[in-house]
Amino acid sequence: MESGFLILEDGFYLTGRIFGAVRSSIGEVVFNTSMTGYQEILTDPSYYGQIVTMTYPLIGNYGVNPEDVESDRIWLSGFVVKELSQMYSNWRATQSLEEYLRQNDIVGITGVDTRALTRHIRLQGAMQGAIVPESEMDGIEAWVKRIKDSPHLEGRNIARDTSTDEPYDLKGSGERFRVAVVDCGVKKSILKYLCEEVRQVRVFPWDASAKEILAWGPDAVLFSNGPGDPSAVEETIALARDLLGKLPLWGICLGHQILGIAMGGRTYKLKFGHHGGNHPVKDLATGRIDITAQNHNFCVDVDSLASAQVQITHKNLYDGTLEGIFSKKYRVMSVQFHPEAGPGPFDARYIFTRFKETIDA
Amino acid sequence: MPKRTDIKKILIIGSGPIVIGQACEFDYSGTQACKALKEEGYKVVLVNSNPATIMTDPEFADATYIEPITAEFVEKIIAKERPDALLPTLGGQTALNVAIQLHERGVLDRYGVEMIGANPTAIKKAEDRELFKEAMQRIGLDLPRSGFARSMEEAWKVVKEIGFPVIIRPSFTLGGTGGGVAYNVEEFEEIANRGLEYSMINEILIEESVEGWKEFELEVMRDKNDNVVIICSIENLDPMGIHTGDSITVAPAQTLTDKEYQRMRTAAIKVIREIGVDTGGSNIQFAVNPKDGRMVVIEMNPRVSRSSALASKATGFPIARIAAKLAVGYTLDEIPNDITRETPASFEPVLDYCVVKFPRWAFEKFPGSEPVLTTSMKSVGEVMAIGRTFKEALQKAIRSLEIGRFGLLDDGSPMARKIKAMDVEELRIAMSRPTPERIFQIAEAINKGVSVEEIYEITSIDPWFLDNIRQIVEFDQRLSNMSFLEVDLETLRQAKEMGFSDRYLAYKWGIKETELRDKRKALEVRPTYKLVDTCSAEFEAYTPYFYSCYDREDESRVKDVKKVVILGGGPNRIGQGIEFDYCCVHASFALKEMGYQSIMVNSNPETVSTDYDTSDKLFFEPLTFEDVLNIVEMERPYGVIVQLGGQTPLNISVPLRDAGVKILGTSAEAIDRAEDRDKFKALLEKLGLKQPPNGIAVDVEEAKEIARSIGYPVLLRPSYVLGGRAMEIVYDEASLEKYMVSAVDVSERRPVLIDKFLEDAIEVDVDLISDGETAVIGGILEHIEYAGVHSGDSAMVLPPHSLDEDILEEIRRATYALAEELHIVGLMNVQYAIKDGQVYVLEVNPRASRTIPFISKAIGVPLAKLATKVMLGEKLKDLGFTEERWPKGYYAVKESVFPFNRFPGVDIILSPEMRSTGEVMGIDKDVGTAYLKSQIAAGQNLPTEGLVFVSVRDADKPGVVGVVKALLEMGFEVISTKGTANYLAGKGLKVRMVPRLAEGRPNTLDYIKNGELKLIINTPSGRIPRKDEVKIRSTAILHGVPCITTIAGAYASIEAIRRLKEGNLEVRSIQDYYNLKTR
Repeated sequence: MESGFLILEDGFYLTGRIFGAVRSSIGEVVFNTSMTGYQEILTDPSYYGQIVTMTYPLIGNYGVNPEDVESDRIWLSGFVVKELSQMYSNWRATQSLEEYLRQNDIVGITGVDTRALTRHIRLQGAMQGAIVPESEMDGIEAWVKRIKDSPHLEGRNIARDTSTDEPYDLKGSGERFRVAVVDCGVKKSILKYLCEEVRQVRVFPWDASAKEILAWGPDAVLFSNGPGDPSAVEETIALARDLLGKLPLWGICLGHQILGIAMGGRTYKLKFGHHGGNHPVKDLATGRIDITAQNHNFCVDVDSLASAQVQITHKNLYDGTLEGIFSKKYRVMSVQFHPEAGPGPFDARYIFTRFKETIDA
Repeated sequence: MPKRTDIKKILIIGSGPIVIGQACEFDYSGTQACKALKEEGYKVVLVNSNPATIMTDPEFADATYIEPITAEFVEKIIAKERPDALLPTLGGQTALNVAIQLHERGVLDRYGVEMIGANPTAIKKAEDRELFKEAMQRIGLDLPRSGFARSMEEAWKVVKEIGFPVIIRPSFTLGGTGGGVAYNVEEFEEIANRGLEYSMINEILIEESVEGWKEFELEVMRDKNDNVVIICSIENLDPMGIHTGDSITVAPAQTLTDKEYQRMRTAAIKVIREIGVDTGGSNIQFAVNPKDGRMVVIEMNPRVSRSSALASKATGFPIARIAAKLAVGYTLDEIPNDITRETPASFEPVLDYCVVKFPRWAFEKFPGSEPVLTTSMKSVGEVMAIGRTFKEALQKAIRSLEIGRFGLLDDGSPMARKIKAMDVEELRIAMSRPTPERIFQIAEAINKGVSVEEIYEITSIDPWFLDNIRQIVEFDQRLSNMSFLEVDLETLRQAKEMGFSDRYLAYKWGIKETELRDKRKALEVRPTYKLVDTCSAEFEAYTPYFYSCYDREDESRVKDVKKVVILGGGPNRIGQGIEFDYCCVHASFALKEMGYQSIMVNSNPETVSTDYDTSDKLFFEPLTFEDVLNIVEMERPYGVIVQLGGQTPLNISVPLRDAGVKILGTSAEAIDRAEDRDKFKALLEKLGLKQPPNGIAVDVEEAKEIARSIGYPVLLRPSYVLGGRAMEIVYDEASLEKYMVSAVDVSERRPVLIDKFLEDAIEVDVDLISDGETAVIGGILEHIEYAGVHSGDSAMVLPPHSLDEDILEEIRRATYALAEELHIVGLMNVQYAIKDGQVYVLEVNPRASRTIPFISKAIGVPLAKLATKVMLGEKLKDLGFTEERWPKGYYAVKESVFPFNRFPGVDIILSPEMRSTGEVMGIDKDVGTAYLKSQIAAGQNLPTEGLVFVSVRDADKPGVVGVVKALLEMGFEVISTKGTANYLAGKGLKVRMVPRLAEGRPNTLDYIKNGELKLIINTPSGRIPRKDEVKIRSTAILHGVPCITTIAGAYASIEAIRRLKEGNLEVRSIQDYYNLKTR
């Protein structure tokens, strides 16, 4: 394996060995604390534009299988691990992680002190960085400059890249309801659990018009997860505003942020985001605590929504950040966490049922 | 919701003596619970018969009862203390069983005591396999096909339906006692029979064998609002078929995809809800078919367990502490995570390291038992190691075990040499049987070219683990192809990252360990220390709990303050257990009181010392020269305490001193003077003290000569051993020759010690503390069994009950003289034998002994704490301890507890080889009652009526007359075999003769099996016990019939039975006893 570097824009760097595609890559470096689920993470469109570090050191143990994917490709820009497994063992596995990365032309780096990296990010905040193979190395300084010059996530609409180009239909197993999904980079798990609840699902591109969606006659619209800065996805925010009050609107992750903005809220960037499967979220109505899957860098400001007719339904017990809202007036319900898991615990799957209840309400 | 205010006083039940399957982990959980509840302002009443525990220290509860943990005694305590609630989930199976009994007898209702944590219904549902099966089916979870049987007839019916192989599991037992796998009719007959006997309710479960499946455990916690979190997942390296206590286990799970893990997680949450454990922790086991992923539930423990202690140490999440808080009404989100301070306990820990637990066995102590691992647990202890990778953690675990192994392949140890000599075919056969050596055999097989695939076929160990071992072996081969001089920085760094020890590498390259260390340091290949923080660095962590690795960044937070390193005792083993952990924890307390930073180093996850709460800094590390010196060089402490952790730290004290480390207290020279036989002999001569005549032999001829000159019988033992390993008494030359040739590995460097054996001598243990100026005897303990029984196996009385004042004076004089001559600073233990009015010194241990906690509890003085203070220069007179304390108005008896029921067929006689795993204390106003309590606490069910079998060797016949006479007077019926019966008849005693086993029926075994025989008094007939005797004794153990194997023990038991018949046993807290003393 060729040696390589993981370099951050503040000049911090660590060494390792390159695996997967041997090429440099720049992205925002974040860490994910899930101990399992690297395949779901790799294929989650929300990681588009990011280099993901796994805090759990042993990655690749169970290989890769054709089922546990959240989309048809790897979206993230690079993958950082402490120890890439030399072999995989699982009855469903069909190939190794390394092969999978190579096939998808994604660079990985192993042998990195991922804990040191994680601590650095925790203290300094998530920042732009690069994975650089030895063969492309021309000095840390040169790379720091390149990283600084590269486009950052803030203010950039990248959901357009992860969205579908054309609408498509899915058949659900539920008895009634048709639900439109506004795709900002939707995960397969979301569609899967939605389809278990309703009869028909149509997935629209991120920039679909309200007219187009309403013409299909949906009972509700779900704004999906997706990558990047919500405030930059202006067309989708406008769409949400157009639909507000006309029919129930649901949101997950980026979709939740977009609905928050549409109702007059503000979003801000978290220091290093939430990426993992162990965050406790409290349902303020019932007191129930769910262990949730999380993957977001931006967050809706609780105070910014206070004036609107919006109820805070869920809070993160780690840092008190906003995790869910409900507006009776607008029939809006959305969550910051991932009820579909993928990867992560299934505690919050009830959210899909609760979504559905807003239709009859 | 806040804590409950309707309860004020809570009773906690401990787990009693250390036995296989129930060890220090319950001291850890109980101590945490006591602390957590006191912190909340509750009054805590504690019952535990084990004096070697931290939880029974008087500060940890408001009233501490060192009394037997039986329903009868606990009822008395309840009647006296009137607690509002009973918390039964922290004292292992013992506490749960007693709690259920108290509930069933109506005691809890009668006294208005509420069971908190788990309710009787939930406990029943989890423990009764039939109810459990129904419950699992209700929530749609898969189980192995199975059926219950309450008789052999039913058992045969079930096995016919399921087909072989089957697993037999007795209901309501400890650690799988009596269970097993049966492949055929014959095995089935045996195991099913045994299982029915072992079960508290005479019931067994016969189950489809899922042997070879992957095995997982989840540690689950639930609060009263039905919030559930998973604290830790554990994957067993050894597949199903080997008890999890005997398996190498790894945290977190390594080979499950997220989908599979989440399915297991969801199932575990369903299980805890369905079983109805209201609050607290549970352990749920699953098996997964590696071929298709079929997942079945195996079992659930509705309480904290060995695994939860491991999970707590592996994650930094204190399960027992949180469980106690949940039990009094808190919810998970109301309890802060102590490590991060800002986040709540309602989360799931994530690890950024790999944890390996490796069990430690003691098969060598039980000749005749096969060292094969089954569904019945046999290990006596365990180590845990943390590394950044599995490879690193595994190799650290191996050197933590203290079994002479420093790596997977050739490290020069006898075991390594033996395995290295095996050819591929032998290795294939060996690997097919799970034994303590299998992991090493696997490495050697790989080394010899056997493929991972083939080893998987043979062992069913997941290929992921096997391949990691292959990677270690492959790298090892690379290292072997280099010379020491050729090794460069990158290779050395990689080797260290993979966990290779200095010592192993040094052996490989034929150099001294220190040379390797020097080169390593010169190349700047040094360990870095990382934090265990529950959150993979997502939040700032405040708790200083560290492990070493060879990654880039170091987080060790070295402070420039006064600090002291305490070396712990490592894995529990026979001869070194919880007693030493107790001492180390006290050292930490003392250091805190004195304002020193306390730094604990230990590798045993079961202990209180490895609670991150105990010391200012905790290093979870192997206790080897390399790992300890690494810490010392980084921390630069004022000194290191080596005398409290048993033999483990003592063994590395000289090399540490040579490396410039300051050893606190008694000097390494003095330690050497006491341990080196020649120097010791000279020391005694100088002081005019007697020693049994002795000599040292390096070969058979020399041994014969010495034995001839000092006269038989002689006591033989290898030098530098602990726990009487390979110690034997021989009566003639033939036996001596046999011992020298086959029993020990004798050489110039490993001589054999030969002592005149003092038959029928009374043994005495003395513990002393000295500050270098003032020396004070902590306690004098008189053994009940005569010389020849290892001091760790003897019952002992404090204060001595039969010794004359002038003998005691002579003992005191000798003890003080030894302390002065050795310049003891800290603790010292001396063992004496008294024969014909003469006092002989048997050995001197210039360190804390096994009896320190017992004495400390009996006299109410924390000796280990004081010892720490004097090691750091404080004086006993300033500490207020200048005079020996002689308990007034009460006696304390220490009794040992043996694991014989785990090794069916092994003879149970007491010998110079220590075999007990734990101890209990009986305390009362007279010796007889104290002894009785110790027997009850140790599980010896002394009878008040019925049949007694007496059969003793010729030498004991005069002695047994008084015993039989007393038994007959008390209304027992006595039966004997010919020799004893005739002798007793000759003394005018009425005994019934029974035939030898082969000579007629009904014989003694029949009486045992029919439950008629209530007591056995049987001293071994000679050096080679008769087959009959062994059979009778081991059958008695299986049936729970008390078996006394010494005359002295018999006399003590007679007194105890007399007290038992009188009835009216009382309970009293140790706090009360201490008040008694000072009045």
